[in-house]
Amino acid sequence: MNQYINRKYVIVGIFSLVVLIFISRLFYLQVIDQSSKLLASNNVLRHVSKYPARGLVFDRNQKLLVYNEAAYDLMIIPNQLSEFDTLEMCEMLNLTKEQVIQRLSKAKAYSYYKPSIFEKLISARTYAPLQEKLYMYKGFFTQTRTLRRYPQKIAANVLGYVSEVDGKITKEKGYYKLGDYIGAKGVEKSYEKVLRGKKGVEIFMVDVHNRIKGRYKNGKYDTAAIHGGNITLTIDAELQIYAENLMQNKIGSIVAIEPSTGEILALVSSPSYNPELLVGRVRSKNYLELQKDTLKPLFDRPLMARYPPGSTFKTVNALIGLQEEIVHTWTRFPCVHGYVSGRFRMGCHPHKSNLDLIKSIQNSCNSYYAHLFRNLLDHPKYGSFENGFETWRKHVLSFGFGKRLGVDLPNEKQGYIPTINRYNRIYGEGRIKSLNIVSMAIGQGELLMTPVQMANMAATICNKGYYFTPHIIKELPQAFNDLKMPLTVKRYSDIDSVHFNPVIEGMYLAVNGLDGGTARNAAVKGLDICGKTGTAQNPGKDHSIFIAFAPKNTPKIAIAVYVENGGYGATWAAPIASLLIEKHLSDTITRKYLENHVLKGDLIHVIKK
Amino acid sequence: MSLKNNNIWSDIDWPTIGIYFLLVALGWFNIYSAVYNEDQHEVFSFASRYGRQLIWIGASFVIILITLILDSKFYSAFSFPIYSVVILLLLAVLIFGVRVNGAKSWFVIGAIRIQPAEFAKFATSLALAKYLSQYNFKPEKIKFFLGFCLITFLPAVLILMQNDTGSALVFIIFFLVFFREGMPSVYLLVGFLAVTLFILSLLYEIPVVIIVLEFFGLLSFYLLRRELKWTFNAAIVIVVLNVIAWQISVRLFPELSLTYPLLVSLALSVLWYLTKIYKHKLKESYLLITILFASLMFTYSVDYVFNNVLDDHQQRRINHLLGIESDPYGAGYNVNQSKIAIGSGGAYGKGYLQGTQTKFKFVPEQSTDFIFCTVGEEWGFVGTSVVLLLFLLLMIRLVFLAERQKSVYSRVFGYAVTCIIFFHVAINVGMTIGLAPVIGIPLPFFSYGGSSLWGFTFLLFIFLKLDTNRNELVN
Ligand SMILES: [Zn+2]
Repeated sequence: MNQYINRKYVIVGIFSLVVLIFISRLFYLQVIDQSSKLLASNNVLRHVSKYPARGLVFDRNQKLLVYNEAAYDLMIIPNQLSEFDTLEMCEMLNLTKEQVIQRLSKAKAYSYYKPSIFEKLISARTYAPLQEKLYMYKGFFTQTRTLRRYPQKIAANVLGYVSEVDGKITKEKGYYKLGDYIGAKGVEKSYEKVLRGKKGVEIFMVDVHNRIKGRYKNGKYDTAAIHGGNITLTIDAELQIYAENLMQNKIGSIVAIEPSTGEILALVSSPSYNPELLVGRVRSKNYLELQKDTLKPLFDRPLMARYPPGSTFKTVNALIGLQEEIVHTWTRFPCVHGYVSGRFRMGCHPHKSNLDLIKSIQNSCNSYYAHLFRNLLDHPKYGSFENGFETWRKHVLSFGFGKRLGVDLPNEKQGYIPTINRYNRIYGEGRIKSLNIVSMAIGQGELLMTPVQMANMAATICNKGYYFTPHIIKELPQAFNDLKMPLTVKRYSDIDSVHFNPVIEGMYLAVNGLDGGTARNAAVKGLDICGKTGTAQNPGKDHSIFIAFAPKNTPKIAIAVYVENGGYGATWAAPIASLLIEKHLSDTITRKYLENHVLKGDLIHVIKK
Repeated sequence: MSLKNNNIWSDIDWPTIGIYFLLVALGWFNIYSAVYNEDQHEVFSFASRYGRQLIWIGASFVIILITLILDSKFYSAFSFPIYSVVILLLLAVLIFGVRVNGAKSWFVIGAIRIQPAEFAKFATSLALAKYLSQYNFKPEKIKFFLGFCLITFLPAVLILMQNDTGSALVFIIFFLVFFREGMPSVYLLVGFLAVTLFILSLLYEIPVVIIVLEFFGLLSFYLLRRELKWTFNAAIVIVVLNVIAWQISVRLFPELSLTYPLLVSLALSVLWYLTKIYKHKLKESYLLITILFASLMFTYSVDYVFNNVLDDHQQRRINHLLGIESDPYGAGYNVNQSKIAIGSGGAYGKGYLQGTQTKFKFVPEQSTDFIFCTVGEEWGFVGTSVVLLLFLLLMIRLVFLAERQKSVYSRVFGYAVTCIIFFHVAINVGMTIGLAPVIGIPLPFFSYGGSSLWGFTFLLFIFLKLDTNRNELVN
C-alpha cells in the first residue's frame, strides 16, 4: 500500500492551504480592515432601528380615517448608566419612584449591554422637555415611533388596531423583533404587509460613554426605512357615522354593500368603542376594560356573530322552489293562521288566505314556506329525502352561505348550513322526516348566518343571481394590486336570473304594497326600496332583522340590519335600514320623527335591568 | 505484552498530549470569558457553563485512562460491534430522542444530555479502519468503493434524518482517508467536479456556468497535451464564436436568454474541435468533450431538480447553506456580527475578559459554535493565528504518527481522526469569518459541550493508544 505514501503530502498540503487561507483572511479582518481598527479601541456598535410610518387609511371619498403622530420610545442601556436625577425623571414621565426602580431592574434583568425600552410611545408634548435634558442622562436615548390617530373616531371594528408583537410572532415571522408593532385586528391586520412599510437600520459606533463616534463603515450597512403604503377603503365615512349613531344603545350589526361591486359602504358592530382607546401607553389598560365589558365591544359582530336569518331566508327558499319547479309564481298554498300537519302546528300572523308566491313574500306567510319546503324535500323526482335535502343544500351554498365569503378582514366566520349527516346522527340513519326540519323553511332551526352573509343575500337578489365578494379595500399601492384580484370575480348562485323577478316584486310590495306589507314603515317615496323583514326566535326577546336594497331597478345599495332583542323586523331593523338607504341615495333625511325615534331607542339598558 | 503495558508512558506521544491539553485549557478559558459578565460577579459555580465544562474536562481524564488501559487489539476486534451499537443508538434516538434547536438528536437522562452523533464519528472511523485494512483490500475495485460508501453514509443518512445537517456533513471527509489508502484519483476529481458544479449552478446563472466549463475544458486540454498553440487556437475559436452569438442574440432577440446563443456557439466550436481531434488523433480529447457535455447536463438537472422537485422549504435551506439568501436577521446577520467581533479584536486583541462585542450578545451561540469569536476579539490576530497553527501542528503531528504505524488498521484510524479534526476546524472557523456556510458544528476541544469534548478525546486517545503499539500488527 505504500505506493500511495506520497499522498500524505497532498493531504498535509490541503491542511496547510486551508490554514493559510484562514490566517490571511484573519489578517485582513483583524489588521488591515479600517473599521476593525476603530472598533479595536473598545468601541461597540449600536443598531438603531428606523421605524417607517404606517400607511394612511382613507375612506371612499378620500376622507382621512387613520394617520400617524410622532411618538418616542425612551431606551436604556443599563451598563452605560451613571447617577441621574430620579425625581426629575419621574416628573417628566409622570412615573412614581417605585416604577422607575422597577423598570431599571427589569432592564438589567433583560441585559446589561443591549438596549431595552424604558418607557414606550411618549407623546410629542412630553418629549419636548425630555429631549433638552437627555444629555444629562447617560445610558438613555430615544428612538422615533409613530402612533395611530383617528380623526373620525369611527369604524373601530373595521380599522382594527396595532399591538406589540409577542415572542410567538417574532419566532414565526423573521421580520419582527420584540418591541415592533403589528396589525392585530381589522384592516391593520389584513393589509399589514401594505401598511407596515419596511424597517431600516442605522449602525452607529459608540464609545463606552454612550457617545456616538460616527457611522459604522460610513453607513455602508445602513438601510432606509420605507414608508408604508396608503390604502383607500370602500367605507363611506358619512354613512358609517350615521349608521353608528342609529345603532347607539342597541346591540347588533349593519352591513351595507354596493351590489354592482361588492364594496362595503358601512360595516357597523354595535356597541363599538373609540379606536383611540387602543393606542399608545393607554392601550393595554383600555383593552382589558373593553375585554371585560359584558356587551363585548371587541367582538366584530358583522363578521363573527352567527344568527338565524329568520324570515329573510324565505326569499332564498322561494328562489330554490322556483328553480326546482316545486312552485311557480301562480302557485298558492292555504294558511289557516299557520301551518298544520297532523298534531304539528306552526303559527302565522293574520292575512288573507291562499296567497301566491309574490304575496307570500309581501306578507311573509309561514305556511306558504312550510308547504314549499316540505314539497321540495319530499318530491318523488329526487328519489329519496336525502337527495332532496342535498339539492336544497347545494342551492343554499351557492349563495355563499355556510362558508366564508372571503371578506378581506380577519376572523370572518362561516355560518352554518346543516348537513344530512348531522340529522342522521340526531334522528338515526335515514329516520329524518321533512317535518322535523320544517322550521328551516322560515329561517329558523339550525341555520346560522353572519350579518355580512345576509347583506350579501340582498345583493345577490338585486343583482338577479350573482355577487362580488364583499370587501373593504378600494385602492392599494400599485405593487399590491394582485391582492384585489379575488375581489373582482363575479360569483354566480345557481338560480336562473328570471326567477329573481317575482321575489324582487314581493320584496317591493313588502315595503310599498298598498294592500299591506310587513315593512310599510320602511317606504320612502321615490326611492323604490325593496325589503324583507325577519324575526328570529331567541331565548330572550326576538331579534329584529331586515334586508333591503334600493332603488328597485338600478340598485345602489344592499343592506342587512340585525338588532339583537329588537323584537319584530319592522320594529327597529326596517326603520334603520330605511333611514340609511335614504341617507345614501338622497343625502337628506325627510322623516325626522323616525330618525329621532331610532336615535332615542335604547335596548341595552332595558336588557340590563 | 505486559511489558508493553508497563511502557505505555514512555511509548505514548507526549507532544500530541501537550497540544491536546493546551487546546482544552485555552478552550475553557475562552468559555469562561464568553459567559463572564463583569456586572454580575458570580462566585464560581458548577451550574454555569464554565463550571460544567470543567466537570466534563475532569470526566475526559477518566475517558483517557480507560482508552489507554484497554488493549489495542480490543479496538481492532470490536470495531464492527461498536459500529453496530452506534448505528442502533442512532436509530433509537430517531424514535426516543429529544429535539434541541430543531435537531432530534439528543438522549436526555436526568440532567445529562448525550448526542450519539458525536460518537458515530469514532465508531465509523473504527469500522473504516477495519474495513480498509483487510488483507485483500484493493482500492481500485468498485466493490470496495461501494463498501466504503455504505459504512460512511449509513450513519450520515441517519444523522441527516435527525435534522442535524452539520454533523452529517462531517462524514464527507472520510473520502480523504480513502484517498490516502489509494482511492483512484478520478473519484476525487469527479466528486470535486460534481460538488463545484452543484454549487456553481445554484450560485450563478447557467450562462456563467457554461463559460466556466469552457474555460476548464481548455485548461484540461492544455494540461493533457501541453500544446500551447493548439490550446490558444481552440480558445480563439470559442471566444470568437461566443462573442458573435452573444452579439447576434442581443441585437436580434433581446428577450432571449443568453443560454441559447452560448450553447449554439459551443456546439459549433465543438464541431470544429472534433474535426481537428479526428485529424490529429487526439483520442483522450473525446473523453474531455464527453465530460464537458456530461457536466452541462448535470448543471441543467441540478437547476431543474432545484426549481421543480424541491419544495420551498428545502430550497430555502440549501440557499441558506450557500449563503444565497441573505436574510439580515438570519444566518447572514450572525456571520456579520461574528466578523465584526473578530475584526474588532485587531492585531493584539482587547485583552482577556475585555470583549465587548461578544458581551453585547450580538454573537449567538457564543460558547459553543462561535467560540472562535471570543478568541478573535480578546486575543486578536495573534491569538487566532496561534490557535490555528496549534491545530495545524496537531494535524501534521497526527499525520506523522499515522505514517509510522506498522499496521494499516492504525494508520487508517489515525487519518480518520486527523481528517475529522480538520473538517471541524475548517468549517467552524470558516463559518465565523464568512468563508464557510453556517453549519452548527463545534470547534474540537474548544467548544462548550460534553459530547463534543468526549467524542474528540475518545478519537484522539484511541489513536494514541494504537500508536504505542505502532511496531506491532494490531489488525
Ligand atoms: Zn300565513
